[in-house]
Amino acid sequence: MQLHEYTISELSSLISKKEISILELTQHMLGRIEKLDSELGCYISIVEDQAMEQAAKVQKMLDKGILTSPLTGIPMGIKDNICTEGILTSCGSKMLSNFVPPYNAHVVKKLYNSGSVLLGKLNMDEYAMGSSTESSYFKKTRNPWDTERVPGGSSGGSAAAVVAGEAIYSLGSDTGGSIRQPASFCGCVGLKPTYGLISRFGLVSYASSLDQIGPLTKTVTDCALVLNAIAGHDPMDLTSSRRIHPDYTKALINDVKGMKIGLPREFIDDSVEKNIRDAILNAVKVFTDLGAECVEISIPVMEYVVPTYYIIALAEASSNLARYDGVKFGYRASNPKDILDFCKRTRSEGFGTEVKRRILLGTYVLSSGYYDAYYKKALKARAIITREFNKAFEQCDIIIGPVSPTTAYKIGEKINDPIQMYMEDIFTVPVNIAGLPAMSIPCGLDNNSLPIGLQLLGKRFDEQTIIKTAYTFEQNTEFHNLRPNLNV
Amino acid sequence: MNYEAVIGLEVHAELSTKSKIYCSCTTEFGGEPNTHCCPVCTGMPGTLPALNRKTVEYAIKAGLATNCTISPFTKQDRKNYFYPDLPKGYQISQYDLPLCKDGFVEIETENEKKRIRINRIHIEEDAGKLLHGEEDNNSYIDYNRTGVPLIEIVSEPDISSAREAKSYLEKLKAILQFINVSDCKMEEGSLRADVNISVRPKGSNHLGERTEMKNLNSFRSVYRAIESEIARQIHVIKSGGKINQETRRWDENKGESYPMRSKEDAQDYRYFPEPDLPPLIIKNELVERLKKELPELPDARKQRYVSEYGLPEYDAQVLTSSKELSDFFEETAKQSTNVKAVSNWIMGDMLRILNERNLEIVDIPFPPSYLVRLITLIDKGVINGSTAKNVFDLMFDTGKDPDNIVKEHGLEMLKDQSFLLEVIEKVIRDNPNSLDDYKKGQKKVIGFLVGQAMKATKGKADPQILNQILIKRLED
Repeated sequence: MQLHEYTISELSSLISKKEISILELTQHMLGRIEKLDSELGCYISIVEDQAMEQAAKVQKMLDKGILTSPLTGIPMGIKDNICTEGILTSCGSKMLSNFVPPYNAHVVKKLYNSGSVLLGKLNMDEYAMGSSTESSYFKKTRNPWDTERVPGGSSGGSAAAVVAGEAIYSLGSDTGGSIRQPASFCGCVGLKPTYGLISRFGLVSYASSLDQIGPLTKTVTDCALVLNAIAGHDPMDLTSSRRIHPDYTKALINDVKGMKIGLPREFIDDSVEKNIRDAILNAVKVFTDLGAECVEISIPVMEYVVPTYYIIALAEASSNLARYDGVKFGYRASNPKDILDFCKRTRSEGFGTEVKRRILLGTYVLSSGYYDAYYKKALKARAIITREFNKAFEQCDIIIGPVSPTTAYKIGEKINDPIQMYMEDIFTVPVNIAGLPAMSIPCGLDNNSLPIGLQLLGKRFDEQTIIKTAYTFEQNTEFHNLRPNLNV
Repeated sequence: MNYEAVIGLEVHAELSTKSKIYCSCTTEFGGEPNTHCCPVCTGMPGTLPALNRKTVEYAIKAGLATNCTISPFTKQDRKNYFYPDLPKGYQISQYDLPLCKDGFVEIETENEKKRIRINRIHIEEDAGKLLHGEEDNNSYIDYNRTGVPLIEIVSEPDISSAREAKSYLEKLKAILQFINVSDCKMEEGSLRADVNISVRPKGSNHLGERTEMKNLNSFRSVYRAIESEIARQIHVIKSGGKINQETRRWDENKGESYPMRSKEDAQDYRYFPEPDLPPLIIKNELVERLKKELPELPDARKQRYVSEYGLPEYDAQVLTSSKELSDFFEETAKQSTNVKAVSNWIMGDMLRILNERNLEIVDIPFPPSYLVRLITLIDKGVINGSTAKNVFDLMFDTGKDPDNIVKEHGLEMLKDQSFLLEVIEKVIRDNPNSLDDYKKGQKKVIGFLVGQAMKATKGKADPQILNQILIKRLED
């Protein structure tokens, strides 16, 4: 087995036993990126020099016993909408194609402090707006299982890199499924934590009330390790929770006996591909065989979740993206006639089509005369959706279902049909609307040998139940060991 | 037909908290451009606002001091518009749930007290400043002011004249200064007012179309702009025209206003709840604590000056018009046995000198105790009133205490009878007719001779002794 195939927990043990050096591991990962990334396009920036320097520094601190985190020396990649001091943070946009932040995001600080080694910044849909990573200004990322296909998105680079062994783990962000859907398309573990569990400081905002940073890993154990490192209150983010988070590795228990697993009938209707439905039902069988009880439930508001999500997300986005006017940072139009021309052209030239579409829609739903009909109504719908999920959780400990109605599709196949792409977010967006945690784990392959993701939805701040359930599934199946054949 | 004006004010006051509303940058005025800012207040990607709790406390204090109800549940909203001095492309403000509402302040009109109702007070962040290059054609932006906390105080349209508007503004300023939440310097922009004005036939209940006046940088501007706008509106209506709902900009130099934008061009700010900041729950305990912390307010202090010191209403009103003035008076009065004289000196010579020299109370180069000493010197007959005025001027020049000034310049009153008699003899010698005039019964010659004697002694003669000696000499 090569170094990039190991998990965090395996590498951590090799590192602490001094069987491998952090430099050697980092070197290997950079070599792997060198070999693969021209084809896969996971990274926007690769920070070789910094990575090697950091590896040497971390090794020294480890040797002196100063650093003892399970993440010490583990090479990782970070989605390019999470600010890294001194390193380009482009959001996959021409608008920020020259933006080098003078500060680190809270999560980046935490990972650096734990001794994790940054390899580079990962590709994404522009401003995290998309579900195929095709709207990146820089490049397309290819699915490691089939390079003709998309890796999902918007954290497509983050998912593809982990699966291809171009990073041991990565961070993504999830506003409506942007961690879980690419994790499902690429076949890795992706967690969207409870809103407020992780500081958003330094995450370039798309939709503030929905955005959340989360880990993408090979296994549930790795997910718990990264979550331990990045969770916790941050006084710089007033939406981050003050509660003390538990040690998530304590939830790595192989046991679902007596657990009630909810399966909403709306989650396995005909809109979902048959292969996926079968995989979900198989997962249900795995759990019931292990002594869990499957409860059939219903979430009748499902038909409203996509419009509700898009109204709220785009309203917030239209305002969050107003700061890109060329005055202070980022791209700026040349030879403007006046300030209005400057601002208009900067935004016309700096943003891509999908971003512009979303800004226009968001501006519309907040406009005087439309606010009540759209935005205000969406806020009411949000309250109802949240209530329905809370009610559903009175009948079960966890809800399971698919992540996406399809598996990875061909590059270019859906890019011109935005409505179709929005509709496919149906199983991921309710989680963001209600602020819940949810995870995607591999649960099989379809007829084209493409990964299928199983989604596990938990109660607010109950990541432990998700981790425990997912871990049990992993311990009793082999899906997490499936890897694409990359011919290298 | 007679017309009456209906006026409402929107007042912005910068809060004097040490740090900005959403980051820890200093709020200090001035400083080299863009030295009082950070990634948060310049809206860099990924940054988030973290509310400075002090700004909420200051705003609650302002609400309590103006008799407002404090909302137990309030939130912040985004006001979206593009302008280069607004780094995020939106201002964090408050829309439908302001922190304070339904208050009032009382002002004095010509013949009565009048209550001006306050609709709401909300918190928001200030924007930066555009600077236009003098040597080049470029525009620059200074973000030092960005994120300085503001309160916006919105009055009901209860004001009927420029004079009332000025009184209202002065009252607000005094209150905010007394409770120490804003320094209210119009010239530094820490107090700003926009005025909404309409006119209607006297006695009518119907509200006329209104205009909003911006760019009012002094009390004088507010006063003049209102006078001008009322006259303009009446003129338009009397000439058969109609008032357009519009925003107008006041030009202080020209003394006139011109239209900035009409209602049709009004921006759609697309207010919506600020998702980066959770709603605020204002606990009753906090409100009660802040209520206890409130100092004596201008109205209460004024009443006390009347009842405790026996000052006339008008004097008490003037002395409580600003915190600095009132504090100076109070400090002086506390140490003096002659409060009436203290009040007269402060209201008369002190305000005159400050005005002439363009000084603020804080610029006074001597402590209140020096004024107490000066009054004591007069009361003890060491110097006379006219000398005292000179001494007071010298105190402003030098900052020295009056005893030293009197000594240094030999300004003690001349009380030596034989010396004063000599002076009088000389004056009579120089004005031989005066003695005859007196004997013919022209008593007013006394005044003339005293004046001459005073002049000869450079004003230092003790007027009482001088008078006595003179009359005795004339009668002889």
